[in-house]
Amino acid sequence: MLRFIPILTIVLMIGPVSAGLIGTILPAFEILPALGGTTPSLEPWQALVAQPGLGASIRLSLVNGLIATFVSVAIVMLFCAAWQGTRTFHALQRILSPILSVPHATAAFGLAFLIAPSGWFVRVVAQFTGWDRPPDVAIIHDPWGIALIAGLVAKEIPFLFLMTLSALPQADTDRTAQVTASLGYGRIAGWFKATLPRIYPQIRLPVLAVLAYSTSVVDVAIILAPTTPAPLAVRILGWLSDPDLALRFMASSAAVLQLLIVIAAMAIWIAGERLVAVIGACWAIDGQRFKQDGAVRGVSAVMALVAAGTVVLGLVVLLVWSVAGFWAFPDLLPRGFSLRLWARELDAIGNSLTTTLLIGIPAVVIAVTLVLACLENEVRTGKPAGRRAMFLIYLPLLVPQISFMFGLQVFFSLLGLERTLVSVVLGHLVFVAPYVFLSLSEPFRALDPRYGQTALCLGASPARVFWQVRLPLLTRAVLTAAAVGLAVTVGQYLPTLLIGAGRFATVTTEAVALASGGDRRMIGIYGLFQMILPFAGFALALLIPAVLFRHRRGMGAQNKG
Amino acid sequence: MPEAAKNGLELHDVRVRLDGRELVAVDLTIAPGEIVTLMGPSGSGKSSLLGHICGTLPDAFEVTGQVVLDGRLLDGLAPQDRHVGILFQDDLLFPHLSVGGNLAFALPAHIKGRANRRARVEAALGSAEMDGFYDRDPATLSGGQRARVALMRVLLSEPCALLLDEPFSKLDSGLRSQIRSFVFDLCRKNSLPTLMVTHDPEDGAAAGGRVIELRG
Repeated sequence: MLRFIPILTIVLMIGPVSAGLIGTILPAFEILPALGGTTPSLEPWQALVAQPGLGASIRLSLVNGLIATFVSVAIVMLFCAAWQGTRTFHALQRILSPILSVPHATAAFGLAFLIAPSGWFVRVVAQFTGWDRPPDVAIIHDPWGIALIAGLVAKEIPFLFLMTLSALPQADTDRTAQVTASLGYGRIAGWFKATLPRIYPQIRLPVLAVLAYSTSVVDVAIILAPTTPAPLAVRILGWLSDPDLALRFMASSAAVLQLLIVIAAMAIWIAGERLVAVIGACWAIDGQRFKQDGAVRGVSAVMALVAAGTVVLGLVVLLVWSVAGFWAFPDLLPRGFSLRLWARELDAIGNSLTTTLLIGIPAVVIAVTLVLACLENEVRTGKPAGRRAMFLIYLPLLVPQISFMFGLQVFFSLLGLERTLVSVVLGHLVFVAPYVFLSLSEPFRALDPRYGQTALCLGASPARVFWQVRLPLLTRAVLTAAAVGLAVTVGQYLPTLLIGAGRFATVTTEAVALASGGDRRMIGIYGLFQMILPFAGFALALLIPAVLFRHRRGMGAQNKG
Repeated sequence: MPEAAKNGLELHDVRVRLDGRELVAVDLTIAPGEIVTLMGPSGSGKSSLLGHICGTLPDAFEVTGQVVLDGRLLDGLAPQDRHVGILFQDDLLFPHLSVGGNLAFALPAHIKGRANRRARVEAALGSAEMDGFYDRDPATLSGGQRARVALMRVLLSEPCALLLDEPFSKLDSGLRSQIRSFVFDLCRKNSLPTLMVTHDPEDGAAAGGRVIELRG
């Protein structure tokens, strides 16, 4: 039984992606019997090419995705290089981990409320300049997509940081740092020359996932990106939601184009990697020490802090708006506060929280079970999953959601599972399981194998060793992975919207739907409610083991990670 | 187990190979109550040999020869069915269980009844001069106490043979001779065929049995 789970897991990951891609590619060539398309044609592509501003949309997706990824990676690498092993590093580690639980849309709303022409930042400036009305410039939805890049960077930094963090021990980084320092290298140069080449291969998949996400993001783009024209993924969603069903064909070809854009972005990124590797190989041995790196270290700390601070401050401004009474420009705070809106929305919010959990809990439970079974199978057979299997598990994160979600919807309707809870849960599972795997595999594999061996030699069966030794020892890691999974399902916008065909109103679909209305108080409320479930999840992941093992001091050290 | 079947641990021409290179080759019989020491530098495959005997060696290793315990062929048996106990240099007490919980984990299921099982564990604690430690958190014990609990845990699982993998190397020197004699005495008292691997010549001398040198 156990040994079939890895295959089942891969089928559950690859199945929806391939079914979805087929369901997108066929209509792109006008094959979709349900809508009367039976003969292949290039008409959808001709219609797509005729769309005004298509070039600009493509440029926005490609360039902004690459820039956002590059900036996030650069800041994280620079910060790790400059501060790894210091107190500052551990302090930021503590701030960034909870930020990971903030859904993308919440972070984007928070950023929008900070930097909008009538946002907090401008209000602060207005105190000194004496402006009595917001400046007439487009700061969010700016034509260059800078706000979009900022929103993505602020949210991707915590993710990449934590991924790097789990790769660090495998490169023996603390001692490497001592060696490079004793050879006279500055901190940053030593890290880039001796540590980065060893850990980059381990964070490469997460980096590519960030690239695929940034290049094809929908929810953050609806909130922050330019609108005339919008990035391609946002326009695809518009065409898919259009009452004119004929537009579905063109939307499908656009979704295929989106896939090609992501592939192009990855090709560019990988070419860049090669180039850096060649130049870096020479640079690493040229003997330059770069001893004076104090200024760069300072800058890297400031950038990481600004990124983290923006998200936190964004949450604060969401909170303030959600209880704001009359709030005129350029006042820093509203004249009055009121819970009236909260009270009014409580029922509606209760419903969307229930829906969110109805999808999220099964998805998380299935994902954690599958991942634990895969890892346990690894231990029992003594064969770790190969590189290729790992790639398959992460595949759903490397394919743009919009390119296979519509096709998956078509596929589910063929099965008669259209708009059902089962199909939405399966759609979420595709994204939850990889993140649960990412979170759980490292602590699971790091557990001293001799615990299991000792227990077996004491006469315990493999099942007993799993339930009574390995699982309790990994309590915190398992709960943390479940919390990560919950944060992922709560944040899902496209799969809920497309697979559920609008039938499932989660906190996230409700919040993003509010974006166009611009009611800041409502956005504040729903943005915060998006936060509550992930945050509660992480709090429980800390609290439960602490209570359970309050008399077991050894569990603190055991359960790191 | 009938007394007649107690003929000890027999390693018949056991050879452990990894990637075609022979790590270790032994052919010996360890009588009940005898302690045999295998000496050799690290990387000489000593621990792999122990892993093979208790059945936890990864498949990547190639092993030939036979392991027989009290007339029973062990090769192919699952680790939990072999009745071979092992002690590592770390005590590996389960940090999520109490001291008593660790010991009760090892106690076979055929010993029934909550009170009866508890009494068995308490008795084991008593023989380690650790009365009243049942509910203690293992993390609060001293190094010597942890080592003793680890040994009692193995013995409670009713092994037919005992393997020691550098069991004393992490103890400070004052404690080492004390724990050594505690372990060795109990091995003899329980008539356990015992195989110890170590790189510390003093361990071998203290065991007072045969010492076999492995080449590196």
